[in-house]
Amino acid sequence: MADSATTTAPRRSASDMLKRLFVRLGILPFLLVIAIVVFTLMSDNFLTGRNLMNVLRQSVYLMIVSLGQMLALLTGGFDLSVGTILAISSVVGAMTMASVYAMAPDMVWLAILLGCLGGVTAGTLIGVVNGVGVAFFNVSPFMMSLGMASVGFGIALYLTGGVPVYGMPVAFGDVFGFGTLLGIPAPVWVAAGLVVALYVFLYQTPYGRYFYAVGGNLKAASLSGINTKATLFFTYVLCAAFAAIAGMLLTARLDTGEANIGASMPLESIAACVIAGVSLRGGVGRLENVVLGALFIGLVQNGMNLARIESYLQTVVLGALLILAVIADQIRLRYVASLKD
Amino acid sequence: MNTSLHHDEGAHAQGARPLIQTRAVTKDYPGVRALDGVDFELRPGEVHVLFGENGAGKSTLISILAGANQPSSGTILVRGEETHLGSVHEARELGISAVFQEFSLIPQMTVAENLFLGAEHARYGFLDNKRLRREAETILDELGFHIAPDQTVDHLTRAEQQMVEIAKAFRDELSVLILDEPTASLTNHETDQLFKLIGELTARGVGIVYITHRMAEIRRIGDRITVLRDGRYIDTVDAKTTSEDELVRLMTGRMVGAIFPKISFSPGEEVLRVDRLTTPDDAVRDVSLTVRAGEIVGFAGLVGSGKSETMQACFGARPASAGTVTYKGQPIGGSSPGANIRRGFLYLPADRRTEGLMMMRSVRENMSLAALDAKQVRNGPFLSRAGEVAMVSELADRLNLSPNRIERAVDHFSGGNQQKAMLARSLTRDFDLIVFDEPTVGVDVGTRASIYEFIAGLAGQGVAVVLISSDLPEILHMSNRAYVFYRGAVQAELPASELTEENVLSYFFEREAA
Repeated sequence: MADSATTTAPRRSASDMLKRLFVRLGILPFLLVIAIVVFTLMSDNFLTGRNLMNVLRQSVYLMIVSLGQMLALLTGGFDLSVGTILAISSVVGAMTMASVYAMAPDMVWLAILLGCLGGVTAGTLIGVVNGVGVAFFNVSPFMMSLGMASVGFGIALYLTGGVPVYGMPVAFGDVFGFGTLLGIPAPVWVAAGLVVALYVFLYQTPYGRYFYAVGGNLKAASLSGINTKATLFFTYVLCAAFAAIAGMLLTARLDTGEANIGASMPLESIAACVIAGVSLRGGVGRLENVVLGALFIGLVQNGMNLARIESYLQTVVLGALLILAVIADQIRLRYVASLKD
Repeated sequence: MNTSLHHDEGAHAQGARPLIQTRAVTKDYPGVRALDGVDFELRPGEVHVLFGENGAGKSTLISILAGANQPSSGTILVRGEETHLGSVHEARELGISAVFQEFSLIPQMTVAENLFLGAEHARYGFLDNKRLRREAETILDELGFHIAPDQTVDHLTRAEQQMVEIAKAFRDELSVLILDEPTASLTNHETDQLFKLIGELTARGVGIVYITHRMAEIRRIGDRITVLRDGRYIDTVDAKTTSEDELVRLMTGRMVGAIFPKISFSPGEEVLRVDRLTTPDDAVRDVSLTVRAGEIVGFAGLVGSGKSETMQACFGARPASAGTVTYKGQPIGGSSPGANIRRGFLYLPADRRTEGLMMMRSVRENMSLAALDAKQVRNGPFLSRAGEVAMVSELADRLNLSPNRIERAVDHFSGGNQQKAMLARSLTRDFDLIVFDEPTVGVDVGTRASIYEFIAGLAGQGVAVVLISSDLPEILHMSNRAYVFYRGAVQAELPASELTEENVLSYFFEREAA
């Protein structure tokens, strides 16, 4: 910080340009380029249209969860219960769907509709509890969502006895898991719809601005007439709703309701956001970058699979990437002070 | 008494080499120059008072002297030798200790453990608790503090905690003791005790850097006073012979006529009426006042006197426990800030960094923050980006935002321009009552003038303005009526004809000494 005054002399070397690019875009573009180059060299199948579509389809679930996680991070918190929400919505959704289908085998779509509604509602309820705790009782988001992660996981296991839930109509998996429209998989359509809706909400309505304001400066937001408690509450409700939708989509893909899906989601979704430049201090982050961040993680996982890197080692890489992204964010902050624009 | 004793000693030591000295010390923070080429020296055996407004740089200077902060440029000399004070620890080893307003005590630990925190005695790698306790007892006895070394710190009163904090300074050989408003939370008796101790210390040749706002204390124990203003060194004067008025002039003094606009007031109907307002924490006690359209009402008083808290409670940013608030004839007690803003009542906070601005967001977002539900930035349920940009650009031009780049993060502007970004909120919709809380803190003189112009302009258009300020000339020149606050209550209401420095100051200081 102290040397900010002395480095203002105009220097336009290559490293300076790189520095500016880094300050402006964050670490993600650099990581993307490195990943693509490395994996292309390691495997011939990596840079093919087929494989890239695969990456897209596989990262859709993480992408949807990351959208919600981004909201939590924007307001200066985070949500560690997203994995549990995925599980709860999967289990409750599958059980509802299976029992309605068993009672009325003719009304396939009614079963699917009620099942989806049930699953998403159950998942969102976790978010409601998180929101009440964080917004109205000032529980730290860390404790609140950590506690709810355990509560939700326990409920999901209790409901299923630890066994996968079967008996959903085949059409559910066929349409939402494996279906395509215009050659594009159904989950991708859902994710695209959610991204567009959230984009409009965040950047074209005042309510979206409130999330940034609450994370940017809670006190200032409150003094400017923003209902900060309501904003915080809806942060966690929305975050849970996104995770629950991802949970239903994943259930369709797996054709079973399972309590142990989504265990890696908290880490991966936070990593996707942080790599995309969402600040852990709140108030900073762009939606389009988060979409790219989730794609990047999907790309890395896919590339490591193609390069036959063991799955145990893959978790090591993911954790390391997350830490690297946080360090890069700190370095970036230091640069921001010296390059003002 | 002891006080007379240490003055003799102080005079005796006048010619001695300074214990600590700064030469042209400057400290920059991003966007702010907190200290600008300050020279300061402390002689053995003297009590050297640092005097200045909030934000004048006193705290920054002592944190540099104590090693907690490093200057951006300039040198520090300890006993005549140029020294780099890299940390509090290094300063301590040279005998320089500071007692800050915020204590560095660990509440769950005992007094003895706190005294030797970071310098524990160990034998074969194990803590030597007996020795620790014995030495703690010795220090406390020497200082005449009646505190048991085994007591945990969170069981002590604030004054006792202060004593522990001071005792910590005596762990090593002490030559410079820095005290930052040490009497703020002490009773009279405890204050006497502290002053007695200070007398004993100066008699031993210890130099004391002392920050206070209280005139009575300066008279009682001060030897010399160094006045800082806006991070600059102003003057060093003798504490015994300098008059209060002279000190206030040095502290606030500027070419008074040049920066304040000429305002003619034409007060209209009553906009705000506060009746016997009280807050649960007693920050505001039984306050009644009125504000009328087209006038600027000044709220004067020391920090914590209730002048800000009163308006925060009216605005809904702080709970009230009793009393009524009436805005344009309508009771608004218990409304949220949001509801009040929609009614046309805005409060702009004193501390722009912690309460006013989203530092990492753009000027555009910061300016429009309080108007996102107003018509010109809306397009049905959506935000109108074009409308927002148009509104913000116009305001940025009008307020001479420099550089005029509304997409740049607020953090990267100077203090004055940050302030403009916040004050611009008062123009983003039609407000009828605007409260400016310390609108010129940490703002350069040029920007000050334009802020005053701006506030006067609002009053001229018939807006009711409340100007809360610790800056006396600001109150004297800007308001047509003023309330003086003291310890949560209104001490006096002064109409324009009685609005003089002596009058306001008499309510500031005199009663405190009593």
